Amino acid sequence: MKKKKAIGTMITIFAVLLGLLWLIPLVWLIGTAFSVPSFHMTLFPTTAFTLDNIKYVWNAVPFGTYYINTLILVVCTFVVQFVTSTMAAYALGVLDFKGSALVFAVIFMQIIIPNDVLITPNFMTLSELKMVNTKIGMMLPFYGSALAIFLLRQHFKSIPRALADAARIDGATTWQTIWRVYMPCAKPAYLSFAVISVSYHWNNYLWPLIVTNSPANRTLTVGLAIFAKSKEANMQWANVCAAAFIIIIPLLLAFFVAQKQFMSSFVSAGIKE
Amino acid sequence: MKTYTKKQRELKKNLVGWLLVAPSLAFMLCFTVWPIFRSIYLSLTKYRMGMAKPEWIGFENYINLFQSGLFWKVMGNTLYFALITIIPSMVVGLFLATIVNRKSRLTGFVRTAYFYPVIMPMIAIASIWMFIYMAKNGLWDQFLAALGRKPMNVLSSKKTVLPAMAVMYVWKEAGYLMVFFLSGIQSISEEVNEAARIDGAGSWTIFHRITLPLLAPTFLFVSTIALTNSFKLVDHVVIMTEGAPNNASTLLLYYIYQQGFTNFNYGVSSALTTVMLLLLMVVALPRFLSQDKKIHYN
Repeated sequence: MKKKKAIGTMITIFAVLLGLLWLIPLVWLIGTAFSVPSFHMTLFPTTAFTLDNIKYVWNAVPFGTYYINTLILVVCTFVVQFVTSTMAAYALGVLDFKGSALVFAVIFMQIIIPNDVLITPNFMTLSELKMVNTKIGMMLPFYGSALAIFLLRQHFKSIPRALADAARIDGATTWQTIWRVYMPCAKPAYLSFAVISVSYHWNNYLWPLIVTNSPANRTLTVGLAIFAKSKEANMQWANVCAAAFIIIIPLLLAFFVAQKQFMSSFVSAGIKE
Repeated sequence: MKTYTKKQRELKKNLVGWLLVAPSLAFMLCFTVWPIFRSIYLSLTKYRMGMAKPEWIGFENYINLFQSGLFWKVMGNTLYFALITIIPSMVVGLFLATIVNRKSRLTGFVRTAYFYPVIMPMIAIASIWMFIYMAKNGLWDQFLAALGRKPMNVLSSKKTVLPAMAVMYVWKEAGYLMVFFLSGIQSISEEVNEAARIDGAGSWTIFHRITLPLLAPTFLFVSTIALTNSFKLVDHVVIMTEGAPNNASTLLLYYIYQQGFTNFNYGVSSALTTVMLLLLMVVALPRFLSQDKKIHYN
């Protein structure tokens, strides 16, 4: 028994040490973002605390605009996904209509082949629609979400039919049944999907990079990439850290507050039977 | 309430069903299905920026690609990078899951520490790690110097550039895979472990005789996700190397991006996209074959 306890303590110590190792990049990022720039890189800050890097970066790069653009992108994408996926999930989970197998085939196609790899043909479609360098162009490919449909459908199926039948007897239409009975019952599924969708679009880079070509429409990730690769950022790690800090902080704070919700969301998004 | 015949009700249900899926379906058809077929078609044409319309050339794009050394180099890089990222990140992910699964006051802290890189954008991570890997001044080379070794400048050497990126990638991805293993481990009933314990099995025996075999479906699932992710994420290449040195870090999706958006050669870019589609389908195949009964429409 004593030996077992000793092993347990050792594993705990090791787990914590490994956790500290995992934290090094974040510690360095935050420390550097708030210290006076120097040409000697150190793991922990050696100078006094300063906000100068953040101020400098905020003025040098239009991060305000990028913040608004990213927020618009994230919110609008989620709202549209919310509506379209709820409707589709109800049809596929509850109605069992003729020809639904075809819709499932399309859903599986998107699950196997994520939009991320279809950049060339999707960009051509976008330019034919004259939507290059627009916010809507950045969102359009994500309005039909196989993942959201799948997640919501699983949840809808677990809701007892009797509830929907009762609503119908009370005279509710299909539309009312969806939004007044099914939607409120599936809050956990919506929350999970919200976490996935928001963190995906907040962090997404390649597609927004391709679609946008002016500061008016760029997102935070695109802005950071341009700054990190610019001449003025060369060797200026304090500034790059400050810029990275500006971008990661909202999601990071949300994660520290609700880490369990984040993890369970990511698990539920991995589609299992 | 009006009464309908059975046939009318059936008809109405089908109509409502199609109307409800219509918006989602329309977007998925436009941005998933259509581009797939379009890529296949364009891969058989010559099509560059400035041309009025694509010109049919059969398999010429593919023949040119298969004869070019660069294409095979890129494919080699892509598969090599997948291999050196997914195996370590699965091993580390499983390992982290077993540590985190233990009940301890520190579990919350440890779990947070392992998982936070998952929600950070690769762009930010790559910008930061670029400085960590920077020659001489970077944290890594300073660490080596402190040990009395020579600086490596890992991102500029053909041999080390992909492994260096892989280390960063494993650091980002392991926490993600950890949560899947964790939920897999937690779904194994405690009774099974208890029974084994009563029969005198030690922790290690339980782990490799019970936990690992029961995690087989999780392994299959996690390896599919990990492979797909390693194919579709190239943000770090854009930030850190742009394929340098000498295309040693060019991955397939980055090559697609270069051909399509730097060289504006849509024909070749489409041929490469088609290769990517094939890769992704091969990756998804085992999961479908093993689950087809379960995952289908119920």
